[in-house]
Amino acid sequence: MKQHPALRVLYVIIPVLVSLAVTSALVIAVGESPFEVFEKLWEGAFRNTESVAGVVNFWIPLALACMGLIITFTAGLWNIGMEGQIMMGALFASWAARTIQLPPELLVPIELIIAALGGAFWGFVVGVLKTRFGVHEIFGGVGLNALVSVYAIYLISGPWRQPEGGNAQSTEPFPANALLNPMSDVFPVSLIALLITVAAILVVIWILRGTRWGLNLKATGKNPRSALLLGVPTTRSTLSAFMACGLLAGLAGAYRVLFTYDSLRPNVSGGIGFLALLVVLLVGIRPLWAPIIAFVFAAILAGSTRLRVSLQLDSSLAGVLQGTLVLVVLLFNGLRQRLTEARPASAAPAAHTSSTVSAPTSGSEGAAS
Amino acid sequence: MDIQLTNINKHFGSVHANRDISMTLKSGQIVGILGENGAGKSTLMKILSGYQPADSGHIAIDGTPLKFGSPLKALEAGIGMLQQDPLDVASFTVLEDFIYGQPPARRTSGKAATALLRAQAERFGFHLPPDAPVASLSIGQRQQLEIVRLLALGVKALILDEPTTGISAEQKDILFGALRELATRDGMIVLLVSHKLEDVIALCDEVIVLRGGRLVGDRQMPATTHELVTLMFGQQLTTHERPKVALGEPDLKLDNVTLRTRRMHVDHFTLHPRRGEVIGFAGLDGSGQELILRACAGLEHPLSGTVSVRGKPMNGGRYRDFLAEGIVFCAAGRVEEGLIAGMTLTEHIALIGQGATIDWQASQARADAQIKHYNVRGTPQSEIQQLSGGNQQRFLMALLPDQPTVLVLEQPTRGLDVDSARYIWEQLLLRREQGASILFTSPDLDEVVQYSDRIVVCFAGRTTEIADASQVTIDELGRLIGGAF
Repeated sequence: MKQHPALRVLYVIIPVLVSLAVTSALVIAVGESPFEVFEKLWEGAFRNTESVAGVVNFWIPLALACMGLIITFTAGLWNIGMEGQIMMGALFASWAARTIQLPPELLVPIELIIAALGGAFWGFVVGVLKTRFGVHEIFGGVGLNALVSVYAIYLISGPWRQPEGGNAQSTEPFPANALLNPMSDVFPVSLIALLITVAAILVVIWILRGTRWGLNLKATGKNPRSALLLGVPTTRSTLSAFMACGLLAGLAGAYRVLFTYDSLRPNVSGGIGFLALLVVLLVGIRPLWAPIIAFVFAAILAGSTRLRVSLQLDSSLAGVLQGTLVLVVLLFNGLRQRLTEARPASAAPAAHTSSTVSAPTSGSEGAAS
Repeated sequence: MDIQLTNINKHFGSVHANRDISMTLKSGQIVGILGENGAGKSTLMKILSGYQPADSGHIAIDGTPLKFGSPLKALEAGIGMLQQDPLDVASFTVLEDFIYGQPPARRTSGKAATALLRAQAERFGFHLPPDAPVASLSIGQRQQLEIVRLLALGVKALILDEPTTGISAEQKDILFGALRELATRDGMIVLLVSHKLEDVIALCDEVIVLRGGRLVGDRQMPATTHELVTLMFGQQLTTHERPKVALGEPDLKLDNVTLRTRRMHVDHFTLHPRRGEVIGFAGLDGSGQELILRACAGLEHPLSGTVSVRGKPMNGGRYRDFLAEGIVFCAAGRVEEGLIAGMTLTEHIALIGQGATIDWQASQARADAQIKHYNVRGTPQSEIQQLSGGNQQRFLMALLPDQPTVLVLEQPTRGLDVDSARYIWEQLLLRREQGASILFTSPDLDEVVQYSDRIVVCFAGRTTEIADASQVTIDELGRLIGGAF
């Protein structure tokens, strides 16, 4: 099923153009110029180093979350619990920041490790619910998301409440030595977090391309029954995928509380987990593309704050653009599949290549090898 | 009402599931459709009941042609099918399910429906309390509900797919009574799809036998089990010379193993396959042989008794533990269970390798070598589903460990042509000469007799052993398969 390279590029470009057209139509409908909107978006994201830093600050947790989801998607799992795992990381990091008293060069690594463990733990719970008790990960994930978010609210308004007169929407700011530091004033991004993110991207790509664990995940994702007969420890694959994903989610959560904010807030993840799901839906299981698309999404998100200032348009327009983009791309994937399947001859007896439109695990372009 | 089928053909890829099948079904008849797994009987019934279209051919009801391909059309024409797993809604009550099954225009009030339901249930001696939740019914009762529902739809031809699997003897008597009454009193056509000869003998007026997608027999009842088995499996057993292999000690031992599923149980089964021995399992589909084979590889856990390998108890062990002892299981559905669609041959080779990282170059070289050695038509970069069935099976051979202890194979040559099948057996027997035991099932009695040293015949979970396979006759096998011990 080799496709002409030009055709493949077309399949990428057309959905982008279509979603731009749809968004433009929406903008025109409210009486604004789409060109102006896109210009402001661009301006909002890239007008100077500080605005670029703003993009990177969205990108770091988003990319971490995406790489985590790439792992679970490869293993055939819908980790909707991502959002909760990010929150759990934020909770654990907050606990460490509030409780442990050490110099920053020790405290920050400890906080990050604790946050990663927290996220991994929450992922593990989803996995155990699935493998031991037959609770589908989507339901388990949704339940656990709700649980941790309510618990965070309880902590903020209860045991971790600010002293009288303080803000009820967050805990007290953490001490300065517990926070991540920006690398410079003109480019306020945490260097250590940036390095961790780049490392995570490289490691995940390497895991999926070159390790037995990665191949086991892929086999489990595509056909757990066959994988079992070929000697793959499928239960272990599932659990470890959830834990690895949770680990990265935990780091993303830590970044949100220790850098983006300086305290624990009820909506500290800002929907990054769900946004990451969109990104991964978009790229399938091609790990190299995830951080790139994540960057585009982060830019749209950061840029959209400018819309309100200059055009009095709500920044949620960014969400519309992102949503349309994902929807149209999925639509085109489905269409393409129909077209290729309609061509007979080479197809095997039954259409067992059950690549559904929505499951990124079955994206057929060679992700490995 | 007459139903006439003319030259029905159906292909699934390269499989010709129904070949030029023609038959006439007459009012008031109970007709048994017999055939082994894969003979094409389910396909034919699905075509008749509108669940899938035929590739060519005609169906006519009282001379009026029936359009293919929609259960609704078939129902309107008076053909209804009782699926093996009844099509009911577990969260409904009996009454709700009964009403819901009617077309909206004809849905009656609760009272009228209750009366109808009660009347029908009473007529046939069904036990269907209107307020009971469907989820609480036994399979037998759910069938009764479906029958009553289909009758209320005005069905004049009723197809039943393996209706006696999983119901009690008493429920079976009630069911058969109802079917007889429907045929003789109401003049309905009843089609019974089954591979249970006793049911067919007990109930049917006529039997139609399918084999390999063809209609190979059509006879009026009564007939003996032996006659039916001969029709199902063909006439002759050919005897073959086999190279003698000295048998060694048993590695795997099943002692007093009891297995239970919802529909089947095997009690106190003991088997000690010896090194170099080939044991074939014969029996109609779903007679317990699948369960036993899975228990040999840790894929099914015995309720009692012991499974051990070289004296080491393995009860409750996972398949991976069995694999580590050299016990390999190959399932009948290769792409569903065994190979991974969407992965390349190289990836499969890499998957069964060792080490924490993967040497893709070495894996590719190994895939290349195995492709040549096993004469697989494909490249290391081919995804497994792009290969034909025969090539998939060859490649599955290439994935077997070099020195297996026991090979447990479900229908190892399913869907393969003669040459491919012979090749697979050459490979298997090679392993046997190296000391592996082979356990396998096959719907092809010739294959069982040709390759087995010992034969285990299963019938409804009971087993009989034939110690010397070379001395067996078709009569004896037929009797045992049909349940006469």
